[in-house]
Amino acid sequence: MNRLRRGVVTGLVPAVVALLVSLVVLAVVLALLGVDPVKSLKALFDFGPTPRAESNQVRTWINRSVPLFLSGLAVSVGFRMNLFNIGVEGQYSVAAVVAAAAGAMVHLPRPLHIAFILLVAMAAGAAYASVPAVLKVKRGVNEVITTIMLNSIAVGLIAYLLRGPLHDPALPKNASPSTRPLPESAWFPGFRSVFESFGLQPPSREVGGFIFVAIVVGVIVAVLMSRTRFGFALRASGRNSTAAAASGIPAGRMTMQAMLLSGALAGLVGMPQVLGEDHAYGINFVAGLGFSGIAVALLGRNSPGGIAAAALLFAFLDRAGPSLQRVDIPPSVVIITQGVIVLSVVIVNEVARRMLERSEERRVGGARSATPPAAPQAAEVSA
Amino acid sequence: MSAPVATPARVDNTSRRRSLWRRIGFIATFGLVALSVTRLISGQEVLTDTGTAQAVLALTLPVALAGLGGLVCERAGVVNIGLEGMMILGTWGAGFAGYQWGPWAALAGAVLGGLFGGLLHAIATVTFGVDHIVSGVAINLLAAGAVRFLSELLYAGVAGGGPTQSPSIKGGTPTFDVPVLAGGPDLLGRLERTHLVLLSDVAGLLRGLLLHVNVFQVIGVLLFPLVGFVLWRTAFGLRLRSAGENPWAAESLGVNVIRAKYVAVLASGALAGLGGLFLVLFSGLYKEGQTGGRGYIGLAAMIFGNWRPGGLASGALLFGYTDAIRLRSTGSTAVLALFLFAAIAVGALGIWWLRQGRRMAGSAFIGLGVAFLLGYLGLDSLPNEVTTVTPYIVTLVVLAVSSQSLRPPKADGIPYRRGEDR
Repeated sequence: MNRLRRGVVTGLVPAVVALLVSLVVLAVVLALLGVDPVKSLKALFDFGPTPRAESNQVRTWINRSVPLFLSGLAVSVGFRMNLFNIGVEGQYSVAAVVAAAAGAMVHLPRPLHIAFILLVAMAAGAAYASVPAVLKVKRGVNEVITTIMLNSIAVGLIAYLLRGPLHDPALPKNASPSTRPLPESAWFPGFRSVFESFGLQPPSREVGGFIFVAIVVGVIVAVLMSRTRFGFALRASGRNSTAAAASGIPAGRMTMQAMLLSGALAGLVGMPQVLGEDHAYGINFVAGLGFSGIAVALLGRNSPGGIAAAALLFAFLDRAGPSLQRVDIPPSVVIITQGVIVLSVVIVNEVARRMLERSEERRVGGARSATPPAAPQAAEVSA
Repeated sequence: MSAPVATPARVDNTSRRRSLWRRIGFIATFGLVALSVTRLISGQEVLTDTGTAQAVLALTLPVALAGLGGLVCERAGVVNIGLEGMMILGTWGAGFAGYQWGPWAALAGAVLGGLFGGLLHAIATVTFGVDHIVSGVAINLLAAGAVRFLSELLYAGVAGGGPTQSPSIKGGTPTFDVPVLAGGPDLLGRLERTHLVLLSDVAGLLRGLLLHVNVFQVIGVLLFPLVGFVLWRTAFGLRLRSAGENPWAAESLGVNVIRAKYVAVLASGALAGLGGLFLVLFSGLYKEGQTGGRGYIGLAAMIFGNWRPGGLASGALLFGYTDAIRLRSTGSTAVLALFLFAAIAVGALGIWWLRQGRRMAGSAFIGLGVAFLLGYLGLDSLPNEVTTVTPYIVTLVVLAVSSQSLRPPKADGIPYRRGEDR
């Protein structure tokens, strides 16, 4: 009972307060800029004028949240090991183009074909992530820098692959470049028809069934992180690599494994779009999911459940673009909202944590304040 | 960080400094000679001509200033991954002020834009103790949304403006030629046209820096010695750095750590914003996505430079030079010539190490040099896309092969609360 109450106090209350704070901050910012805040907030929750438009926005919400969730999950695995994998962006793009091209080359029955493509994507993502991993372990190069560089390199690499080796030869000459189309056995089924059985208008395009894969992956990662020896070693090494090494967990190997796992998960980020919507890698491929994933992981505080909630929240905001435009409000309000939410959530979390700590301190009678502060090193500051 | 040493430390320090300068001089001279030889063999005048020097300066400054912002910030113990966002705000501020009131207003706009980002970061990290990386990521996100939003709001119906760009900056930036050397008799120009080894290379590069000297660029370059002086030669700088090394000890000695951090983070935002100004001046207007990750690259240059202004400047210069060559290269010919340069540089380093008895590293580097040489001889051209990403590849390779004995500030990234231990 006590534990439950504590969980509510530390988890739910700050989240709700943060949402309220960000709504207020947002309203003030919008009002200052001369935009009607009530109108824009209303538009954020407006799903559209017709039943068809409503279910279309629900579709966008679902389809958008899946890659955000996977991306956040990939980033969070790195965070757990104290690694900042900014490179999810490059990893998922490279993985998607490689997997799309590989999938078009083979012919397999449906479940195998999809599994093959997913494996290729995970392998490609992990391979691209292995560069910063090796450089970090062998040469001590900061992974933030290498992944940033590799993100930029990925853009050039993909442009080259699309124009050269992986280009679809059947395309007309001045068409935008794309990989060869995937055969139907590699298409991921959707669940648009489910809408009808609830008596709703089905959306005009397919709803990605990849969400179920994402849920399974989320559960696997959750179990792996909190219920296995590997997960424990990873978290221990991330908290304090020296202490972990002293108890037989080598930091180098954990870095390597965390980065590869993060890259493999990143490889899945582009799959809903490649398998479920475009059936090839082309110019429509959505970029920027890797960066949004960082925000999602931070918002979800690195726990799979939290990341799922954060992904749903971000996707909910993303889908509001058309609604905002209908009432003549710049759709970029969405990005501002997301930024404000991340900032308020982390600030409110921090304040809540400190308040909780203080109340605990009072409870145990100031035992903590009795511990001596870190010994000052006077030699350094001789002002 | 070493144990307290008595008087000999001073002597030690001076001699170390001298040997450091000797090494820098040696590397610079060697680099110039290798570049000159490369130019002679490949016939690529682009490698060292006047235009290249000007492009290098224009492309290095944004990265270097963002890095300098990161340096000030991290020296005070606050990690700043929001540099990119602050730079974005700077470019927007420069574009907005510049198209209405000219270049000096653009300068003010860039600084104000960056300051705003810095203020956000300071409030979140210093006042509220939020994780520095979290706050930085949020600022990057927020900045990207804010500039799009502001453009949609303020450039609607403005001629030349739109949701992704500002109208052109009004009026040119003040420039001058240095007389005798570059203007007037143009001695350096004459020397450059002789195409002599080394002499004309040095002349070309120097002339590029002295011709059409941009007052803003002079300000930007002078900020480096200024920041170096303030951080390492003044009491304020010592306090600021002590806040990054051991804020608890600093506070106990009466340093106002919170204030030092605030000043540092605000200055960091202003510097990153100023970096954005140079991007706007380069293309004459604000464009969305203009920063192209240069804030992050500045951060990379700072880490490469071991949290020191000189090292940071050389890291930024490396990036700026390859970027300039890529831009000025016709096709990929000049970029290919860089292969030859790399072969000479890496090969020489390998031989040097072999003579010092480091067999493994030496032979590996000689092998790498041979590979570069074969690449230069064997390849006719590089795919366009590869040429585009050359600066990133070069940065990555240099990071991988350069030694990584880096020493970040000791309390870098650790949230600090007055009156609490860690």
